[in-house]
Amino acid sequence: MSLAVLDFEKPLYEKIDELDRLRAKDKPTSADALRLRTLEGEIEQLRREIYGGLTPIQRIKIARHMARPRSLDYVQYLFSGWTEVHGDRGFADDQACLAGYARFDDVPCAVIGQQKGKDTKENLARNFGMMHPEGYRKALRIMRNAVKFDMPIFVFIDTPGAYPGIGAEERGQAEAIARNLLEMARMPVPILCTVIGEGASGGALGIGVGDRLLMLENSWYCVISPEGCASILFRDASHAPRAAEALKLTGPDLVAQGIVDEVIPEPPGGAHRDFETTAKNIQEALRRHFAELQHKDGPTLVEERYQRYRRMGVFEE
Amino acid sequence: MPWYKKPQFTALKPRPAAQQPHKVPDGLWHRCPACLAILYMRDFVANLRVCTQCGFHEKLSSKERIEMLVDEGSFQETDATVRALDPLGFSDSQPYTRRLESTRKKTGLMDAVRTGMATIGGQRVSLAVMDFAFIGGSMGSVVGEKVTRAIERAIGERTPMLTVVTSGGARMQESTYSLMQMAKTSAALARLDDARLPHIVILTNPSTAGVMASYGSLGDVIIGEPDALIGFAGPRVIEQTIKQTLPRGFQRSEFVKEHGFLDMVCPRSELRDTVERLLSLLSGPARETTEESPASASGNGHASARAKRTGTTPPAAAKRPAGLKPKASARRKKA
Ligand SMILES: [Zn+2]
Repeated sequence: MSLAVLDFEKPLYEKIDELDRLRAKDKPTSADALRLRTLEGEIEQLRREIYGGLTPIQRIKIARHMARPRSLDYVQYLFSGWTEVHGDRGFADDQACLAGYARFDDVPCAVIGQQKGKDTKENLARNFGMMHPEGYRKALRIMRNAVKFDMPIFVFIDTPGAYPGIGAEERGQAEAIARNLLEMARMPVPILCTVIGEGASGGALGIGVGDRLLMLENSWYCVISPEGCASILFRDASHAPRAAEALKLTGPDLVAQGIVDEVIPEPPGGAHRDFETTAKNIQEALRRHFAELQHKDGPTLVEERYQRYRRMGVFEE
Repeated sequence: MPWYKKPQFTALKPRPAAQQPHKVPDGLWHRCPACLAILYMRDFVANLRVCTQCGFHEKLSSKERIEMLVDEGSFQETDATVRALDPLGFSDSQPYTRRLESTRKKTGLMDAVRTGMATIGGQRVSLAVMDFAFIGGSMGSVVGEKVTRAIERAIGERTPMLTVVTSGGARMQESTYSLMQMAKTSAALARLDDARLPHIVILTNPSTAGVMASYGSLGDVIIGEPDALIGFAGPRVIEQTIKQTLPRGFQRSEFVKEHGFLDMVCPRSELRDTVERLLSLLSGPARETTEESPASASGNGHASARAKRTGTTPPAAAKRPAGLKPKASARRKKA
């Protein structure tokens, strides 16, 4: 098995291993043949049980899987003519932020994403997908070009949060995120955002204001990570599973809250088990939503986007 | 009842005597947490809760903050009845509904922000003043909604917007709803910006996280009170991440100003005059009525041309709040 198995998947993969061993036997006995038949049924049932009833913390584990496809994987699959660009023209190039231009079904567009690494070395370069202020400013620079050239913007969200460090504070992490929220609210081009893994707090929202918010089935989007919430409210990070339940941070919860437009299905086991099916599902959803937005004029988009956020929140008076 | 059918203003009701912030809670004395000096409580309160020995700026309630900033008696509170609900059925050490109920009782507040209209030096402004006493000044749906309405009111009445921040961040008990308030308030500020109306922000101790990654950082002028903690991530989170202790003064007002994210650090004693002066300088779009040629403005030079362009007249003489002038010694002395 090349892919790391998550704790809750172990019973399933033990049986799959057994199946593989039996099939590999040169001279299977009649008992083996019998076992093979029952095993196949057991595997199917386990697969349904495990993946049919994933808890929030289990979905979060899939969202954080090291082999999970990253923004760049989807960008290369979904777009043609991908041309990456770099730098915020002020301080540096933030490699946690992916930015460039491409075509979506022949329509020129801008693409912004958060990019995690696939291994430790790349994760260090990508800072685990945690952007610095220059990343948010790089994203803004490319999005402003999208407005100038009247191109839609496609955003892929995958971050454990904006980076909390000395340099990030010195260079105005809060201001960088806030500026993006303000500017994205009034960009007169379609903005389609998709959470492909982790959508942690202001770090995710900082590139995530738009006309549509889609979420992969095994992704999460919340004001704080379950671990952060647990350590503050429950005084112990080990209560993360409880916090994950309480925070209602999965796709279906957020659709019910009117925050997310659609949950994009993943194959059993998650995107890393079948990249192509996942990418096709994203493509289908993005095509459908983009078709709804493509011909709206700028003022309409901006007004509808305003009303979209204006409605969010629950209170009484 | 939908908010637009409500009477627009409700008077700011005095709190029960036991909750009056001006009433000395433990007798006559106040011990400064910064320099440990024992101060006569009445002097301390008269000095806007700034230590007369070391200049330490103690937190103010939203009520005290409004009193020190606006013309006496001019504040008319809006949206005072907007109340938080518990949409997620959240419970940590206690259910969110119980936490809300006990906090309302304890503080006499409905939530972590008070909004309304007031005049400052005779100039009308829309006001949003946060209160740390209500669940750490955290922003949930109510704060987001009230701040947004205050911004929309500024746009509707063509007044500047003044925001006073004190907040530990978003309210976790309302989860992603709280996060969305950052987008909602920032979108409203985009409209204020399009309307070319000024947004003045005062950052007080502490101003961090979600509020700072939205409206707290989106002022045309951003003023910090001395030594206020201002930033995105909390210092404890940063220390845990980078595994080193933070330098002295990190994320404090002077530091933030040095790095270019504060227009000025202003002691509380000078805050009101500074805001009043800024309001008169930034009193609205200069080119609002450009169809009428500014060149036709005759006689009185720039001011009248500007008044003609903007359709405004210079503000009436200010009514000063009585008894709130701080002592000159309120400046913080560096130890
Ligand atoms: Zn003192």
